[in-house]
Amino acid sequence: MQKIIRRTAVAAAFAFVAAAAFARQPSSTEQAIEKYREAVAEENPAELWEARGEALWKEPRGPNHASLERCDIGLGPGVVKGAYTVLPKYFPDTGKVQDLESRLLTCMQKIQGIAPEEAKKNHFGNGPKKSVMEALVAWIASESRGMPMHVSVSHPEEKKAYEIGKRMFFYRAGPHDFSCATCHSHDNLRIRLQDLPNLTSTRDAQRAYTTWPGYRVSQGEVRTMQHRLNDCYRQQRFPEPGYASDAITALTMYLAVNANGGTYNAPSVKR
Amino acid sequence: MADPMKIRARMQGDKVEVKVLMAHEMETGFRKDSSGKPIPAWFIQNVTATCNGKTVLSAEWGPAVSKNPFLAFRFSGGKPGDKVAISWVDNHGDKRTDEATIS
Repeated sequence: MQKIIRRTAVAAAFAFVAAAAFARQPSSTEQAIEKYREAVAEENPAELWEARGEALWKEPRGPNHASLERCDIGLGPGVVKGAYTVLPKYFPDTGKVQDLESRLLTCMQKIQGIAPEEAKKNHFGNGPKKSVMEALVAWIASESRGMPMHVSVSHPEEKKAYEIGKRMFFYRAGPHDFSCATCHSHDNLRIRLQDLPNLTSTRDAQRAYTTWPGYRVSQGEVRTMQHRLNDCYRQQRFPEPGYASDAITALTMYLAVNANGGTYNAPSVKR
Repeated sequence: MADPMKIRARMQGDKVEVKVLMAHEMETGFRKDSSGKPIPAWFIQNVTATCNGKTVLSAEWGPAVSKNPFLAFRFSGGKPGDKVAISWVDNHGDKRTDEATIS
């Protein structure tokens, strides 16, 4: 009995010391993560996706044999420069708040005549099976590099989307009873060698949102915010969200508005 | 023809620094797909870089080089305005050549 008590006391003391040591040391781990980030950011393979995206924007495609050059992605027909910084946004022609992928699906249908089910095929690329959407998003994103995020919440639908997104962020469900907030609502958290931004704080939300899309080294693909959210849901063991669904748009709205003021700097390189 | 490569060539002192990003899957031939079938080898075998037509680099690559290869090298004897051309040939016989001007 005394042996057990002593061992428990030693274990408790050890855990306390270890916890204290961890609390003092996050900066050196963070430094190591930063060093890795600098090393991989030397040349960004995302440029290959950007080049493909620019070509796809200008190429006449679909049954209407038309290009996307008249597509309105937030700043008027055909305006690409800066468009990423105002999305998601309310669009009068569809009567709803849309993010970039949702808007591209609208344009592909209305201008090019491509049905959404067809346009959604291969939305996440896999090696030789290349994604049209990821390339388009990569290029459109690159045309907003260096500009400040300024997503509007003035329209009632935009306000609603923000509130729904916020509700979703804190909603616990799934077999682990996780919500986004479980991992992303406290400062200085990390999981293994990935630091977890506190998406409820302006500083971290800016840092996180302004670096998507990114070339993910672990996947050898450019991944968009859409994919990041899909992956988060997979990691939480939630049902898979619909691609470019209103739910994803609402959650993106919440994150984008939290990042307002941040300087957009994507596509980046990520692990 | 394969997807274009991104080439950047600029002067670094008296040498020319060239950075190339090539779009290529670079399959080793050892990977298997989800059904267990091996994915056939498909990789760049030869790379040549020329400056105004004169070869400044030639390389023989194999499956050890990763997907979307990044190549950086320096050579002397070039000046701003010269044309640097990079060509590759892969094991299927596909090839690609792209050019850039030294800035």
